[in-house]
Amino acid sequence: MLEEHIGKYSNKVKNTVERGAVKKFAEAIGDPHPIYLDEETGKKSRYKNNIAPPTFPRVFDYGVIEGLKLPSKGLIHGEQTFHYERPLLVGEEILCYSKVENYYEKKGKHGELGFLVVKSFGEDPSGQIIFTSKQTVIITEAVRKEMIV
Amino acid sequence: MKKIAELKIGEALEDVQLNPVSRLDLIKYAGASGDYNPIHTIDEEAKKAGLPGIIAHGMWTMGNLSKLFTSYYEEGFIQDYSIRFKGMVFLNDVITLKATLEEKMGNQLRFNVLAVNQKGNEVLKGEVLFKTFTGTDITHIF
Repeated sequence: MLEEHIGKYSNKVKNTVERGAVKKFAEAIGDPHPIYLDEETGKKSRYKNNIAPPTFPRVFDYGVIEGLKLPSKGLIHGEQTFHYERPLLVGEEILCYSKVENYYEKKGKHGELGFLVVKSFGEDPSGQIIFTSKQTVIITEAVRKEMIV
Repeated sequence: MKKIAELKIGEALEDVQLNPVSRLDLIKYAGASGDYNPIHTIDEEAKKAGLPGIIAHGMWTMGNLSKLFTSYYEEGFIQDYSIRFKGMVFLNDVITLKATLEEKMGNQLRFNVLAVNQKGNEVLKGEVLFKTFTGTDITHIF
């Protein structure tokens, strides 16, 4: 039922790797390391800057994929990957967008499950890809039924 | 601290055991990540969803696990991080984070990573590909 969205892209949204957001995020994952938080440590590092934790892109706005409406409840996060060309630097601007990579259904113990694979991209202002991520969301039969109604 | 590049196949980074999962941990993560799905913070909503109680965000556990690698930032960075969420994490669960070096390919180190609960059940499992800098890389990337 979500097959029709495969291949669709969202609009691109400009995000900033905000210092305050990185601090809050690093603390929330129990990793308040100076390479994320302390300016001096960042300057002295090979990155010449503070960096962001690898799962930080969760925070970004990836725009809207037109027509793709997912319920706010009942989704199960099945898998998650991140790929980096280099760590994200605090203060830099990243253009983010997503794409519906795949959708398929499989029979499971609890009825037919839907698997939605969304790939996300983060580019620097020159268009160079800095990171990609892939999220697999599992949609149970019960939730799908509500979506049709 | 030993250099990450000096690890031998089969050697592990030091395990990290988290404090028992608290509601405040999850409220903080919701705020920091923007993921306000109420099954992570509100008991009634979790129960409505058929859960015995609130559960941690999968991404909270995945975020925690990456800290095994943070202090090696001068040697390299996490190039690939892939996780399968295998089990739910409940309030008061005690999670232990593990990483074992599986393979060395040039300047890439492949680790098996794992989070287990106090019963020894896997809640999250996957891989980290850690890329170490070579002499030329440093100026090339930064």
